[in-house]
Amino acid sequence: MPPAPAFADVTASDSTLRRFLHGLPGVDTVGLEARAASLGTRSIKTTAKAYAIDLAISMIDLTTLEGADTPGKVRALAAKAVNPDPTDRTTPRTAAVCVYPDMVATAKAGVAGTDVKVASVATAFPAGRAALDVKLADTRDAVAAGADEIDMVIDRGAFLAGHYLKVYEEIRAVKEACGEQARLKVIFETGELSTYDNIRRASWLGMIAGADFIKTSTGKVGVNATPANTLLMLEAVRDFRAQTGVQVGVKPAGGIRTTKDAIKFLVLVNETAGEDWLDNHWFRFGASSLLNDLLMQRQKLATGRYSGPDYVTVD
Amino acid sequence: MTKFEYAPAPESRSVVDIAPSYGLFIDGEFTEAADGKVFKTVSPASEEVLSEVAQAGAEDVDRAVKAARKAFEKWSALPGAERAKYLFRIARIIQERSRELAVLETLDNGKPIRETRDADLPLVAAHFFYYAGWADKLDHAGYGANPRPLGVAGQVIPWNFPLLMLAWKIAPALATGNTVVLKPAETTPLSALFFADICRQAGLPKGVVNILPGYGDAGAALVEHPDVNKVAFTGSTAVGKAIARQVAGTSKKVTLELGGKGANIVFDDAPIDQAVEGIVTGIFFNQGQVCCAGSRLLVQESIQDELLDALKRRLSTLRLGDPLDKNTDIGAINSAEQLARIKALAETGEAEGAERWSPACELPSSGFWFAPTLFTNVTQAHTIARDEIFGPVLSVLTFRTPDEAVAKANNSQYGLSAGIWTEKGSRILAVANKLRAGVVWANTFNKFDPTSPFGGYKESGFGREGGRHGLEAYLDV
Repeated sequence: MPPAPAFADVTASDSTLRRFLHGLPGVDTVGLEARAASLGTRSIKTTAKAYAIDLAISMIDLTTLEGADTPGKVRALAAKAVNPDPTDRTTPRTAAVCVYPDMVATAKAGVAGTDVKVASVATAFPAGRAALDVKLADTRDAVAAGADEIDMVIDRGAFLAGHYLKVYEEIRAVKEACGEQARLKVIFETGELSTYDNIRRASWLGMIAGADFIKTSTGKVGVNATPANTLLMLEAVRDFRAQTGVQVGVKPAGGIRTTKDAIKFLVLVNETAGEDWLDNHWFRFGASSLLNDLLMQRQKLATGRYSGPDYVTVD
Repeated sequence: MTKFEYAPAPESRSVVDIAPSYGLFIDGEFTEAADGKVFKTVSPASEEVLSEVAQAGAEDVDRAVKAARKAFEKWSALPGAERAKYLFRIARIIQERSRELAVLETLDNGKPIRETRDADLPLVAAHFFYYAGWADKLDHAGYGANPRPLGVAGQVIPWNFPLLMLAWKIAPALATGNTVVLKPAETTPLSALFFADICRQAGLPKGVVNILPGYGDAGAALVEHPDVNKVAFTGSTAVGKAIARQVAGTSKKVTLELGGKGANIVFDDAPIDQAVEGIVTGIFFNQGQVCCAGSRLLVQESIQDELLDALKRRLSTLRLGDPLDKNTDIGAINSAEQLARIKALAETGEAEGAERWSPACELPSSGFWFAPTLFTNVTQAHTIARDEIFGPVLSVLTFRTPDEAVAKANNSQYGLSAGIWTEKGSRILAVANKLRAGVVWANTFNKFDPTSPFGGYKESGFGREGGRHGLEAYLDV
């Protein structure tokens, strides 16, 4: 696959790529976290809260990524994505269900006839420690089974070793394997990249390589999505669009469990990237338990009462 | 139409009970002014009258100083640990009543509840806690064994951080064993009067703290009073100079914390997104009504366009309006008088050829409001690069080299604050050493902490408040 023309110079070699990524403005840790915390104090009430809850539901990639996943579990999840609250049919559907590649066909059948997408993790998720042809085969399997979206992991080892071109080429190859059918989400595993400077560099690397979405994490390590790392990635997609005209989506994943948290992330989107990203084509939550909390808060807004966990479905 | 319209989220006014009238607080009692004068205090956001307050005159000042003198004997003789108990108690009561005080301060001053709740009140309590800790450790402050207090401190504070400036003045004074007569600003007397109530609640002995709301004449009478041993003033440079003349030739010890024209220096290797936040905090915090505001942005010419684009984009997200709304970033200007001054200086900026820009921003129809404003194409010769505006107006200047940045930053009659933005540690140290400013922030701005001394060079005043250094102003050393 030929390099993206706008960045052909940058991706000419490992050293040109390094120079570009290390030439990005640095990130001041204290300042970034203070800004994220300050946006976290926005008070979202009444009509704004109702809007945010419905938007958040519509942005969820309802996820199950367990060794114990079965067709039954995936069918239940798909049914929930299509019809999150059986007591209220006005509830929006989630954006997608997210499963392992071997569950894509089952998930696809479960959401058939709706606009709910099927996303599949691939590329030896979550560690990404496999040969490139294995990762590509993993991707092609998922695409062949009908996946609309592929959530790949980058090779963090290569990134931390400074082999940026290797990471770049791998993303390009997976993007090619996605073809026209699937949008590509690139997972950085921000908890393993550890520094904010690395997260900014990874964001640009992913976007240059053709990511449709940049995604924080797998949900499988200690630190997953945080307001600060998501804010940083929102700055990256904002700046990338300003520079290239290409809009890239953002997906925080892992650790977002409550309505309050989800609303804080939506405030970050609104006041950083801007309202063009307030749409499930451009912003997603990788989550599972978040949905039930959103549904309970939605019921509370509608009825004035808290219903409790027995009034939402267990999956 | 905005997609994500934040619904109004006002903090409840019912948490604070403002009485229709207040007296002066002298010798532990609220009393009328000797001449019966009163003045009204209004909410700058709506011009609604909040309360009627007794207006102190020279006779009241004399009464208050006498009460403070009488109280001094016992107060200064208390062991430090005993004075500390009162201060700790005051700090805790402030924390317990912080929501009430935050709403009160927002009503009387016009600043957003987000700031009174998250900045002013936590800092007020922190100051009392910090100096409470010093009260029994003065032997170890570096001034020799058993340093003695000065006596009666006459303190005059401004309207921009009414309760915080009170804390900066009263906490170290009491910790060191002085007694206090404090005059709050005429536009913001209420939180000081609530503080008087807190002193009673804490059981502070009568006369140790006296609060005299009033105008400049009361302030002048206090400064002039022969039985005042210490004068502490925060406010304008013009008044500061008058005070310095008044006390010349007397034995009164003086600290002055005056105006500023802080330079916020952004180098080409700065963390740009955080620098933008720092610029916003530097000049729009408290509507720019901050003596240490970063009102001059010095940006390296090579990144000027990129930085200004980012800054303008960020300013477009600022939310101006009802200060009690928890989502408000920019509140009201404190008074009609201050608003007129800001407007006049902004007009001078335009007349002198600087380019004015503000985000699209609807101003409320009543109250005192000024949109966040930045001026580009500003040079050292412009009035708005030299005079303190004390409002949400940023002057943008450029520089080419670090030496030029330092030269321009120091080229000011003031020297209160400065900021440096760069990812290069060695540059921070090199530049900070050359800046003639009392406070130099690196990769941040307008960060305050009671442990850190604060004060100015040149016409920004003298003496330090905060930290161990802040004790010196109230000790006979």
